[in-house]
Amino acid sequence: MTGAAPQSAAASRLPAIDEMKIVRRGRRLDVQFAVLGLFALTLSMLVLLSLILDMAADGLARIDLQFLTSFPSRRPEEAGILSAWVGTTLVMITTAVLAIPLGVGAGIYLEEYAPRNFLTSVIEINVTNLAGVPSIIYGLLALGLFVQVFALGETIFVAGLTLALLILPIVIVATREAIRSVPLEIREAAFGVGADRWQVAWNFILPMARPGILTGAIVGMSRAIGETAPVITIGALTFIAFLPPPPVQAEFPFVNFDWLNSPFTVMPIQMFNWVSRPQAGFHVNAAATGLILLVMTLLMNGVAIWLRYRIRSRR
Amino acid sequence: MTFTDNPGSEGFGRSALAVSPQFLRRRRLVGLLMRAVLFAMALVSVLVTAGIVYVLISESAKFFAHVSIVDFLTDTEWTPVFENPRFGIVTLVSGTFVSSLIALLVAVPLGTILAIYISEFAQPRLREIVKPCLELLAGVPTVAFGYFALLFLTPIFRQFIPGLSGFNLLVPGIVMGIMILPYIVSVSEDAMSAVPASLREGAYALGFTRLQTAVRVVIPGAFSGVTAAFILGMSRAVGETMVVAIAAGQQAKIAYNPLEGAATITAYIVQISLGDLPHGSIAYLTIFAAGLTLFLMTLAFNVVAFWLRRRYREVY
Repeated sequence: MTGAAPQSAAASRLPAIDEMKIVRRGRRLDVQFAVLGLFALTLSMLVLLSLILDMAADGLARIDLQFLTSFPSRRPEEAGILSAWVGTTLVMITTAVLAIPLGVGAGIYLEEYAPRNFLTSVIEINVTNLAGVPSIIYGLLALGLFVQVFALGETIFVAGLTLALLILPIVIVATREAIRSVPLEIREAAFGVGADRWQVAWNFILPMARPGILTGAIVGMSRAIGETAPVITIGALTFIAFLPPPPVQAEFPFVNFDWLNSPFTVMPIQMFNWVSRPQAGFHVNAAATGLILLVMTLLMNGVAIWLRYRIRSRR
Repeated sequence: MTFTDNPGSEGFGRSALAVSPQFLRRRRLVGLLMRAVLFAMALVSVLVTAGIVYVLISESAKFFAHVSIVDFLTDTEWTPVFENPRFGIVTLVSGTFVSSLIALLVAVPLGTILAIYISEFAQPRLREIVKPCLELLAGVPTVAFGYFALLFLTPIFRQFIPGLSGFNLLVPGIVMGIMILPYIVSVSEDAMSAVPASLREGAYALGFTRLQTAVRVVIPGAFSGVTAAFILGMSRAVGETMVVAIAAGQQAKIAYNPLEGAATITAYIVQISLGDLPHGSIAYLTIFAAGLTLFLMTLAFNVVAFWLRRRYREVY
């Protein structure tokens, strides 16, 4: 801003600086960077899109009733994912039943109960660290502890438990965030009318935090449904031509938990198995399985995003 | 809540509400019980870590009873199932590092640009669209990315890069870069939005453009957080399994050429898990020693990143 000042004789002798030029250059660079940003965004979205389209192009035509109701086979055109999707469903039920109560309970403890002491910070740092442990390490934990030491076998229960431990940090963090967003007034009002800590948490905090917790649970489950490595490490079989015993039956107790101890396979493992084979026919099957998995995880994430959007817009 | 009429209180009649001692006793009991139960639930996560450390160390100890740690760290061959087995973890570590570095080469520039764009340039409405899109990208199952790397990208890349093997480290590395991108963006954008608005306003008042503000004020201010994002991304890439297990091949060797395939630590663990080696054999125990190496590597990355992220929180 020196050159244009006519009052100062000293300044006018300096080489003239064209401010407009500098401003224009700055603006141009800004626009260029914005374009670069949009380009980076487009590029990453393009990868996602081409992944979906590639899988749809390869596998969409393969998805039919026969594919959903057949066991794996040596002949690709006769093979199907019956045992895989049944296995995935049962493992996911086990995971949800274990991970959600555990994660929510831990979250409530850390937010509402935990005193500020050494043990609490150990738990907190530990949760942060667990979220960064590679999933295959959880597989080694399950193999070494559940399969070898506890001799539980390569069963649906062990797989569900392993995946539950894997998504535990996700559920805990989501629960804590949801609880933290409940206004302090609610807590104070509840204590004011004489509720004790557990009544406050159970009757007031938890209902208000429910959408946030649900979001975390869905994101965690979508992560678990696509996880392959830990389930392979446990020693899950890739070729399963039978179904676990049904969870419901006609005779008296009507429910049956034998399926927890059954060998199993899940959709990601089935897909991995087919990708690893040389025949193109199996690659088509892999694409079809992958497409189903992809649609399921994208839907789950979509629901979670929508829920989060609704929570925010209501506030 | 079970407020009961107190028959003993006179003068107030039926309108008076009081809490019976039984109710209070029961409530105190439930309260104590729930505190204990919730504490036990919180403790589970600590038990998981303890379990991981116990399994990795106890099983690796069995392995190191037969193989010396010096050989494990210095040998340059990895042939556990051969008649004359060699156990040089350097091979697997090199494959892991080469693929992860390629992932970082993709994810660091893209991630930094995207994070700056989202935190400094994008209108709030666009931000509301961009962030969910990245979340969707993060939600894709890794096995699907593996399929994409092996059967879609590798054939395309092979047309342009002569000498690229069917299994290679380059394509899985690039795909892993895309996979860790949402994570890097979210952590570094987090750090950038923690930079106080007053610093930005000061820069604007001095006539800085948006880009100048981003490069000279926001990034230096968020430097430790952005670095932490890169390190956490590296940690993710090192631990990523399915993409490399599918598309990088299973040959354990010193990986200096990304155009050729090489096994990573994770791919090796998957390979052995799928095989039929007897549990407890030395070759089988290698997966725990390899797992321990992987765990220590990611732990080191996570600790450094944790420390860096805590630092920027303290500054502001």
